[in-house]
Amino acid sequence: MYIMAWILHCLSTQQFAEKLINDTHAMPINLNDYSSGNAHDELLTNTNRARPGAGKILNYLRSLTDAELRERREAAELAMQVMGITFTVYSEEGGGIDRVWPFDIIPRILTAREWYRIDEGLKQRVQALNMFIADIYDEQKIIRDKIFPKEVLAQSVNFREQCIGIKPAYDIWAHICGSDLVRGADGTMYVLEDNLRVPSGVSYMLENRLVMKRVFPELFEDNDILPVDGYSTRLFDMLAALSPRPAEFPSIVVLTPGIYNSAYFEHSYLAQQMGVELVAGSDLVVEDDIVYMKTISGRARVDVIYRRVDDLFMDPEVFDKESMLGVPGIMRAWRKGNVAIANAPGAGVADDKVVYAYVPEMIRYYLDQQPILPNVPTYLCMDKTQRDYVLDNLENMVVKPANESGGYGMMVGPAASLKVRREFLALIKKNPRNYIAQPTLNLSTVPTLCDGVIEPRHVDLRPFILSSDASHVTRGGLTRVALNKGSLVVNSSQGGGSKDTWIIETRSN
Amino acid sequence: MLLASVAERVYWFARYVERVENTARMILVNNNLLMDMPKNSTLGWAPLVSITGIADIFYEHYQEANERNVLKFLVMDPNNPSCMLCTLTNARENLRTSRAIFPRDVWEALNDLYSYTKENKSAVLTRRGRYAFLSHIIDSCHLITGKLSASMSHDQIYEFVRMGRNIERTDMTSRVIDVRADNLLPKHDEDLKPFDDIQWKSVLDSLAAHQMYRRYVHVRVQGVAVLSYLLQDWYFPRAIQHCLTQVEYCLRNLPLNEAPQYALVRAQRMVRNADVRKIVAGNLNSYINDLQLALIDLNAELTSSYFEGREVSATIYNIADKQRVTA
Repeated sequence: MYIMAWILHCLSTQQFAEKLINDTHAMPINLNDYSSGNAHDELLTNTNRARPGAGKILNYLRSLTDAELRERREAAELAMQVMGITFTVYSEEGGGIDRVWPFDIIPRILTAREWYRIDEGLKQRVQALNMFIADIYDEQKIIRDKIFPKEVLAQSVNFREQCIGIKPAYDIWAHICGSDLVRGADGTMYVLEDNLRVPSGVSYMLENRLVMKRVFPELFEDNDILPVDGYSTRLFDMLAALSPRPAEFPSIVVLTPGIYNSAYFEHSYLAQQMGVELVAGSDLVVEDDIVYMKTISGRARVDVIYRRVDDLFMDPEVFDKESMLGVPGIMRAWRKGNVAIANAPGAGVADDKVVYAYVPEMIRYYLDQQPILPNVPTYLCMDKTQRDYVLDNLENMVVKPANESGGYGMMVGPAASLKVRREFLALIKKNPRNYIAQPTLNLSTVPTLCDGVIEPRHVDLRPFILSSDASHVTRGGLTRVALNKGSLVVNSSQGGGSKDTWIIETRSN
Repeated sequence: MLLASVAERVYWFARYVERVENTARMILVNNNLLMDMPKNSTLGWAPLVSITGIADIFYEHYQEANERNVLKFLVMDPNNPSCMLCTLTNARENLRTSRAIFPRDVWEALNDLYSYTKENKSAVLTRRGRYAFLSHIIDSCHLITGKLSASMSHDQIYEFVRMGRNIERTDMTSRVIDVRADNLLPKHDEDLKPFDDIQWKSVLDSLAAHQMYRRYVHVRVQGVAVLSYLLQDWYFPRAIQHCLTQVEYCLRNLPLNEAPQYALVRAQRMVRNADVRKIVAGNLNSYINDLQLALIDLNAELTSSYFEGREVSATIYNIADKQRVTA
C-alpha cells in the first residue's frame, strides 16, 4: 500500500516537474512585474530572481493557476476555522468576540545559515537582558558604573521596587521573550523591540505551520524546512526546571486573565499542548505562603505559574488593590521561593523602549561581547540634542511611547497628518522620557496574495526565546504581515495578518 | 485533576441545556392543552409563569399573563434571567470558557442552537410557527445531550454533566407538580371537572412522561397515580426518584462526597417514604415546598464541596470568587 502510494507520488512530482518546464510561458501568476520598490524582498531579488531557499516555492507558485491558488487559500481559511484559531477583538459589542486571524499562504523564508546567526544573536541579547534585570533588582552595578542612567530607571513605569532583593532560579527573570526583528532596505536584520512581559503569538506560529502542512503537503517533501512543533515541549521543560520542589512532574499552570483577553486562545492552546491546567486568578489561593489551586478534591499545590496576566494585576496585596484577575499573597509565596513565576514580576523593566536603546551597551558591559544583532538607531527624547533632532524631523520618524505594546499610541511620521504630528510634538515636549523615535525603516516585504494578485507586503518577525537552565530559540518565529498596501503596521489589532516562517537548509550551507 | 471552576461551569452548562429543553416542552404542552379547553376556561398561560418561580419579575413588566406576554417573557425577554435565550447565552459562556474539555462538535451544536433561537424567536409568538420552533429547540438539546454522551469520556468531568442534568430535572418536575397538580386537585374549578383527564395527561406530557406512564402504570391517568409516578418511579428519566439515584451514582465516583451524599439521602428519603395519597389529601404545597428545600440544600452542598475549594479557610477567597454568579 505504502509503496504504491509512494510510486504514485513520485510519478506525480515528475509530471509536475515536466509541467513546470513545458508551461513556463503559460504562467498564470506573473511575478515579473512584481516590485517591492526600495524595500528588501525576502523571496525575490530586485531583478526578480529567487533568493537562496526560495526557488522551489516560487516555481511552485508559478505552476499554479489562479483557480488553484484561490483553492489553496480557501483551504487554508477553512483549516483555520476548523482548528478554531481565533483572536479576540476588544472593542466588539458584547465584550469581545473571536475572529479568525488573517493568514497568508505564501511563507516567509530564511536560510538556515542566516538563522543560526540570528539565533546566536538573540541568545546573546536575552542573556544580557536577564543579567540587566537581575542587576537592577540587586546591586545596580550598571548604574554605579555610569553605563545606564539612574533617571531612566527612576521614571520607568515597569520597574517594581517590590522585587528588589528577590533571587529567582538561575538568576533568570525573562523566561519567555518575544523579540521583534525587522529587515531594513540594505538587508540588515535589526531588533526592533524586546517583549519581556507577556509576549504572545507563539500559538499562531505553531498553528500556521499545521495549516501549511495541510494545504501544501508537497512543498514539505521538496524542502528541508526546520520543524517548529517542539516548542510546547521546550516550554514545558523550561517551566519544569523552575520548580521549587524537585519532582518528576511538577505542577504547572497557565494563569490567564480570562476569555476577554485578546490572547485567550493562545493561553488555552498552550495549556492544552503542555497538558497543564489553565487557571484564572480565582482558581488559585495562597495559604502559608504556598500557592494552591482549587480542585474538586480540595487544594492542590502549584509549583510553577506561567502567567499571562500583567504584573500590576497579579497580587492585589502588593500591586493594584482593585485587581480581580490576581491572587492575593502570590508575591509573598514567590518571594519565599515557594512558587516560580514566569516571567518574573518586574521583568518588564527591560521591556521599555528607552531601556531598549541601552541593550547594545548592556551586551558590552555584562558579556564583554560585541552585539551580534544591531538595534534600530534610536533617539531618546529625554536627551535634549536627540529630542531637538526628532522634533525637527518628525515627518521622517516613527515615534513610540516607551511602554505601550500592540502598536498603540505611536506615530508613523511619513503617514501622519500635520495635525497628528503637532499632537505628538506637544506630547513629546510634555513628557520627553515617555517617547523614543526611530528613523522610518522601509521594512522588508514578502509576496502576499491580495485579492487574487501577488503583491509585496511589509513584514516583521517575532521569534521566541526561552531561558531557564538552558536557552532555546524557536526555529523562525511568527511572521506578521501588514495586509494593507504600503502599511507598516503589522499588529493583529490594526489590519495585520500572519504567515508561516520557513527556515530552510539550503545545499550551500 | 479537575479544577473546581471547570466542574462548576460544566455542571451549569448541563443544567442550562436541560432548562431550555424543559421550558420549550412546557410551552408546547400548554399550547396543545389550551386548544382542547373550553374557550371561557380560567386556565391560560399564567401557570407557566408560576412554574418558573419568578412571577414577581413578570408582573413588574407586564399587566396581564396573556399568551403573547407570557411567551415573550419565557423565550426572549432579557428581564427574565431564565428566559430561553438568556439561558442559552449562559450555557454558551460556560462552554466557551471550558471548550478544551468538551468535544468540538458539542460547541458547534450549541452555537447552532443559539443562533437558531436568536434568529427565529419571533416564530414562537405565532400559533403557526410555534410548534416547529419549539420542537427544533427540543431536538437540538437532545442532540447536545447525545453528543456529550457518545463522544465525551465518562470520567469525573462527565459526572458533573450528569449531575447538572439530573438536578435540573428534579427541579423542573417538582415545579410542574407544584403548580399544575395543585390546580388540578379537587377543591378547585368545579366547571373543569370533565377536563381533568386531559389536564393530568398534560402534566405527564410536559415531562414527556405520558407514554411511559401508560406502559408502567396500569391505571388510567388520574391524580394520585400520576403524582407517585413522577415522584417515585425508579426508571422514568424525569421522575425525581430516578434523577436522585443518578446523582447518587455520580457522587460515588467523586471525592469529598460525604456532605453532598448526606443532603442527597435526605431528599431521597423524602421521596421514597412519601405516602402520596396522604399528601394529596393533606397539603401538597407544603410537601413540595419541603422537597424543593431539600433539593436546594443538595445543590448548595455540591457547590460548597466542589466549586468553592472548601478546604481553604474563608479569609483568603479573593473578590472575584465571591462575586462569581452561579445561578
